[in-house]
Amino acid sequence: MTTAPLDKAMPLRKGGLSHTAVYWIGFVAVMAILIVAPLLLPEFWRRFLTEVLIWGLLAMSSDLLIGYTGMISFGHSAFFGLGMYGAAAALIMVSPPNLWLAIGFGLIGAAGAALFVAYFSTRLRDIYFAITTLIFSQIFYVIIFTWTRVTGGENGLIFTRPHLSIPFVYDVRFSTTTLHWFVLAVVTGSYLILRRVTQSPFGMVLQSIRENESRTRAIGYSVERYKIVSVMLSGLFAGLAGVLYAIQNEFAAPDFVYFLTSGDTVIFNVLGGIGTLVGPIVGAGFFQLARELLSRLFGDQFPYLIPLGVVFIAMIIFLPQGILGFARRWLNR
Amino acid sequence: MNALGHFFQAIPFELLIIQTVNGIVTGMILALIASGLTLIFGIMDVVNFAHGELFMLGAYVGVVVAAATGSFWLALVGAALIIAILGAALQIVTLRPLIGRDPLNTILVTFGISLVLQNFALWQFGPTARRIAAPITGEFTLFYLQYPWYRIMIAVLSALIIGGFWLFLKFGKFGIWIRATTQDRVMAQAMGIPVPWVFTGVFAIGAAMAAASGVLFAPLVGVDHSMGLDWVLKAFIVVVVGGMGSLGGSIAAAIFISLLESYAAIWVDPSQAIIVSFVVLILTLLFRPTGMFVATPK
Repeated sequence: MTTAPLDKAMPLRKGGLSHTAVYWIGFVAVMAILIVAPLLLPEFWRRFLTEVLIWGLLAMSSDLLIGYTGMISFGHSAFFGLGMYGAAAALIMVSPPNLWLAIGFGLIGAAGAALFVAYFSTRLRDIYFAITTLIFSQIFYVIIFTWTRVTGGENGLIFTRPHLSIPFVYDVRFSTTTLHWFVLAVVTGSYLILRRVTQSPFGMVLQSIRENESRTRAIGYSVERYKIVSVMLSGLFAGLAGVLYAIQNEFAAPDFVYFLTSGDTVIFNVLGGIGTLVGPIVGAGFFQLARELLSRLFGDQFPYLIPLGVVFIAMIIFLPQGILGFARRWLNR
Repeated sequence: MNALGHFFQAIPFELLIIQTVNGIVTGMILALIASGLTLIFGIMDVVNFAHGELFMLGAYVGVVVAAATGSFWLALVGAALIIAILGAALQIVTLRPLIGRDPLNTILVTFGISLVLQNFALWQFGPTARRIAAPITGEFTLFYLQYPWYRIMIAVLSALIIGGFWLFLKFGKFGIWIRATTQDRVMAQAMGIPVPWVFTGVFAIGAAMAAASGVLFAPLVGVDHSMGLDWVLKAFIVVVVGGMGSLGGSIAAAIFISLLESYAAIWVDPSQAIIVSFVVLILTLLFRPTGMFVATPK
């Protein structure tokens, strides 16, 4: 990093289209594919794609912490699960089930969990942060698992899917296609918000915490406050993913609050490329596709996590940037 | 006031004693696991996520060896040796390339290892729990309970292993190398200590200790593929509460937390008793983030 004057002016544009134009053309192209896809795909793969988008949203939310603030969360299952159970509460208690109420309840649940986790675990850095988030998510798991009267314990909760509605205007049953579009809209909206956040001055401070925490503090930023807000923001979007999952599958189960969900989230991030926001969605797609293909090739009992785990380890050692790592700088511009 | 009096009357004195013994026994096993974890952390700056899986695999190797030879002692030694070799191999293949990189990479890699090992165990041994027969079956009377001698033996054996390990660190040549590397990695290297091999050796020793505790623990409950996570979580709590990298702190914290949990189990379900250790962790993080059982850092 030198401050010496450049010999010649840096070319701002190498002719052709500007970065922004290329970016948005690519964005529109991917969106077009994802919008048309459910019309062309058979039922199973339609559901599969919707689910990949939901897992992608979960992974994207944790990318805000891993890729931008530089904190690895092993506790995202807590936010995801609380979003799920929050939605379940709204859908079971209120009749007829209301979509927006479910989202609201889910977000409140996730925000509560996120506030709790953020307040305590942001006091710690690096590895300690990872461990405490893991332990906190296990607290929520134990509570949900043992509080059978309210949460249904091991069996979880079953409820009916709400209608897609705009109050007083529009009210229709979800089909798998409209559900896909709804999920796509939410995930795209979340992506645009998160992208805007990471490019805002707030996001810049988060990235400077990742690069050099003590220097950021020395400049005068209240690092703890920024960390708490970033954990909460991340938790909110993870909760949103939980709500979507609950709506898609019409149940909430303690398995999703368990550590394995958090582990998967981290894997999606590393496979797809941290610090890119879209990378984790690609990672989720890659992971789910590999899992599906492996169990189709070798049968349901095949331990697909063994080859995927080996790939994961190899990626950290040889390709820590992930699948989309080469495009990281470009995507964040 | 009356309620409080009732509360204290409700604790039978015998139950308290029994739970104290139980707490110390689990505390010693936990101390054995946690001391390997804290050693690996203190020297290599690696938080070994796969530690619980080494514990679990150790128990499984114990099951296999015990079934083949019929001897518990051979199972104990065999498991420790085999898992030590596995640990050394894992360290060389996966952790050595990461020396000098961001420590977060190591937690990701060890997490990947734990995933692979756990699914390997599930694939290889199936979901049903296995058991090892305890080497001694005698019991003694503890108030109204018939208390197995084997539990007492676990505590004594764990204490012996930890004590032997401490002596090794204090007087053994390799132990002195380990302590030198902990104090100053660069200086140790300059003095001719093969630091990368010290790392490998430490990882192998930590793995062997986890495996030994797995075999010791196996006769009490069944061995299954998912037992690792519970223990590694508890060991993490112990290591944070005891002060990262401090051996004595970890042992004290292990016994402290196990005692608290077994007292809590008098009133609540054992699966909820783990919340007590979470609370201890939160309090530690709030008031003494460097650890409860270490001297205040200057």
